[in-house]
Amino acid sequence: MDKTLDAIIKKYNEDKTRLMDILIDTQDAFGFIREEAADQIAETLDISRVDLEQTISFYHFFSQQSRGKYTIYLNDSAVAFMHGRREVAKTFEKEAGCKFGQVSEDGQIGLFNTSCIGMNDQEPAAIINGVVFTRLTPFRVKEIVKDIRDGVKVEDMFQASYGDGNNCSDLIKAVVNNHIMKKGPILSSDNSSGEAIKKVISINPQDVIEEVKLSNIRGRGGAGFPTGLKWDFCRKSKGETRYVFCNADEGEPGTFKDRVILTERPRLLFEGMVIAGYAIEASEGILYLRYEYKYLQKFLESILEEMRYKHLIGKNIGGKEGFNFEIRIQFGAGAYVCGEESALIESAEGKRGEPRDRPPFPVEKGYLGQPTIVNNVETLCAIVKVVIKGGEWYKSFGTIESTGTKLLSVSGDCRFPGVYEVEWGFSVIDILEMVGGEQVQAVQVGGPSGSCIGPNEFERILGYEDLSTGGSMIIINNRRDLLKEIVLNFTNFFIEESCGSCTPCRTLPILMKDKLIKIIEGKGVMQDLMDIERWSGIMKANRCGLGHTALNPILSTLKNFRHLYLNKIQREVEFDTGFRLDEAVKVGKLITNRN
Amino acid sequence: MNQLIEFKIDGKECMGQKGQSIVDAAKDNHIYIPTLCNIPGIKPRGACRICSVRVNGRLMTACTSPIAEGMDIESKTPDIENLRKAIIELLFTEGNHFCPSCERSGNCELQALGYRYQMLVPRFKFQFTQRTVEASHPKLIKDHNRCILCKRCIRAIKDEKGRSLFAFGKRGHHVQINIDTKLSKNMTDNEAKEATEICPVGAILLKKGDGFCDPIGKRKYDHYAIGSEIETLEK
Amino acid sequence: MSKTIIATTSLAGCFGCHMSLLDIDEKILDLIELVEFNKSPINDIKEFTKMCDIGLIEGGCCNDENVHILKDFRAHCKILVSVGECAIMGGLPALRNNIPLQECLEEAYLNGPSVMGNNENAVIPNDEELPVILNKVYPCHEVVRIDYYLPGCPPRAELIWEALLALVTGDPLKLPYEVVKFD
Repeated sequence: MDKTLDAIIKKYNEDKTRLMDILIDTQDAFGFIREEAADQIAETLDISRVDLEQTISFYHFFSQQSRGKYTIYLNDSAVAFMHGRREVAKTFEKEAGCKFGQVSEDGQIGLFNTSCIGMNDQEPAAIINGVVFTRLTPFRVKEIVKDIRDGVKVEDMFQASYGDGNNCSDLIKAVVNNHIMKKGPILSSDNSSGEAIKKVISINPQDVIEEVKLSNIRGRGGAGFPTGLKWDFCRKSKGETRYVFCNADEGEPGTFKDRVILTERPRLLFEGMVIAGYAIEASEGILYLRYEYKYLQKFLESILEEMRYKHLIGKNIGGKEGFNFEIRIQFGAGAYVCGEESALIESAEGKRGEPRDRPPFPVEKGYLGQPTIVNNVETLCAIVKVVIKGGEWYKSFGTIESTGTKLLSVSGDCRFPGVYEVEWGFSVIDILEMVGGEQVQAVQVGGPSGSCIGPNEFERILGYEDLSTGGSMIIINNRRDLLKEIVLNFTNFFIEESCGSCTPCRTLPILMKDKLIKIIEGKGVMQDLMDIERWSGIMKANRCGLGHTALNPILSTLKNFRHLYLNKIQREVEFDTGFRLDEAVKVGKLITNRN
Repeated sequence: MNQLIEFKIDGKECMGQKGQSIVDAAKDNHIYIPTLCNIPGIKPRGACRICSVRVNGRLMTACTSPIAEGMDIESKTPDIENLRKAIIELLFTEGNHFCPSCERSGNCELQALGYRYQMLVPRFKFQFTQRTVEASHPKLIKDHNRCILCKRCIRAIKDEKGRSLFAFGKRGHHVQINIDTKLSKNMTDNEAKEATEICPVGAILLKKGDGFCDPIGKRKYDHYAIGSEIETLEK
Repeated sequence: MSKTIIATTSLAGCFGCHMSLLDIDEKILDLIELVEFNKSPINDIKEFTKMCDIGLIEGGCCNDENVHILKDFRAHCKILVSVGECAIMGGLPALRNNIPLQECLEEAYLNGPSVMGNNENAVIPNDEELPVILNKVYPCHEVVRIDYYLPGCPPRAELIWEALLALVTGDPLKLPYEVVKFD
């Protein structure tokens, strides 16, 4: 029995619902989760080895083999490629002497691809042993690999300067930039920490919910469920206790606004969680934070400590007898699907991040079977402003159906990528003007799960009534091969991030990708386009949002950029399966030395 | 106390008990809704999605959704039946299902659904996925080629402490079902046999089984379609 | 009325489907009243001598010769039918599809328990006369357009009979539950 591991397991009270924490700490301590460690964990928690492994193997950042002394996770999202990811990756492979997905022979360097790490405004970016590296160039890669060979710790690798704002604080020290380009009620810090908490504790919890309802605010993660209603459902559900979750899993490629909030407005967020806790009468709040943002851990924990000290978290908050609310941070370990609220809860319970069957909904039976609300980072921040200034005030921003403001994460082909807080109702054309997007071919609104629109739709506005978005805006100029560089990349993303539980989501995107490649290679025919359209309906049978939207990259471009597909297919040929005899005999000829 | 609920399936007036799943309630009303991952007595999971029905314009899995008063369920509409057939075809093309070589042929639920839906050829391209046959277990063979990832074995087979003997590994299209060799090594012959019976296809087999012992013509689905036993009870 | 002209072939198959066709027993006498066979192993006509109405394909494509024959059938037959599991999904030969070709051939000709040590000069057959093996076995419809499919290993004789009858007479095809089987 290993004593370090034993201490880790004991730290979490040998509680199997805390398996994520145990695994994260184990991996931090030993580099990867060894056989003996897995045995010890399974035995102590009284679960089977396969059960343990079903959690470990679900998450991208867990490993049961060594991933090298220096583990390099290079973002492979479409925007990274726009900014030179290919050359960066090539240089890594050359310098390290191994391919992506492998560990170098000397065991020093492991190269791995990873889905969007929330740095789309400063790509190409990578995470090396937990430290974020942004704006990589082949030159920088050579320096990094040299440092690695010299045994320099990642923290000590020379960085010209740290990022702006709190990024350069002692507790973060990251080469990450906030790029706050436009401030609104959320990003402007016009209130003092604790103001909203002091206000709510003087009123009845149900009245807080009524105020939230009045504001008409809807979930900012993308789905847009009315927040007040969610709280109301939860409050009315019976349970031994209730839970507040903040969803900071921000996995939608191209989204990074939560990262900026967490770096610059963490008090606002935590205050929002406390208010939610007061409103639904919960006593525990959990910030589910994606593993990619682990570099913010020390900083966020110091803020929580500060708020505890100020009695804004903890017991008898704000001096109100009996109002107790604690907040802890729960890390994920790399899984986009955990952004789905029930998958997030499963993950927080130490299991695979597979979405749950509904009913029951999380507001009825959520975390540990108790009524639970899951709210986006931005939603909770906005709530603080609603509480301070009132629902009516909040409604003065935005449109009738979409009240308030929205933080946009803008990236891609534009001069000023970054975070913009705008009122709902902004048109795409206004945004393009603001961010310096020129010769724009397409805008991917809401990330890969959203829609890809062309210039003829740039008059459309952002809002739940028109273009709904969680905030990701990727600008694509007219020099890009939309199908090859964007659609294929996004489709791959969904294939890799499917949990694999529902049959259609596990199988169909792969077949669609085959079709897409066939079309890109010029082997497609009209029938392929018809198949794609006809088959896409099958995805509606999937359980969760990921499954429902996984084909959106293909479907929305097939709708809005149909000419690109029509130009690629063989118009005069009616039937072509893509089979080519010369390709099919290639290996056989090679093996038998024939030509 | 059983509370009775009225609901409709494809326009037919039905009665069921509160808390019953749509699948079970339909069955009591002699209506067959095809299932694959569902097993009576075990908490449903809604993994295969074959039992999808439409209520108020939304698809839901009939195995996980309880009936509700006045529910108007669409089940046998052409588009839903086509969806189910498509899912069956997806499963056939995802794995490597060469029926003639499988000892479960004739008694396999996936194949039976293929028959029921008269699948002559799947509309999708065969994937010929690279999968293995695992024979490390003393009593069982796990043929991943045929596994449809329905999680029946995961949910149904536990040891005396409630620990799972089977579990998913990886995710997405890499997902596969693993067996805990340590916990399961003391499986009795009977338990091993039960494990094979939990599997709807031929993915869990006995090493020393009596495969192919039922002659063609005497197997479960040779003469009657899966689900017909529910439908023929109709008066 | 002129007779319907039929051609048949076995690609990467075992001739079991052809056997099943013969298994229609005395109905074969009815069949030859209705149809005339052109290129087919049944009458040993090696090349097409005219356009045919129906081509029955047994087996999938495992080598380039199969592909040429299949394309020839497509060119000479108005209707092509995939008969049996091999034509439909590759069947038994396609069990190799998830093993890399090199490994597969090495196992078969160089390293397998039945060849090891027997012949020091063992080679993977490479005579120019031999057809070239494909990277995998292809179902027929992944090479050319196929119009109808008759599953089974082999398809039940009644199924083949009913299908031919329907194609020849133009009557709708009857598909009773018991004839559509995958084994």
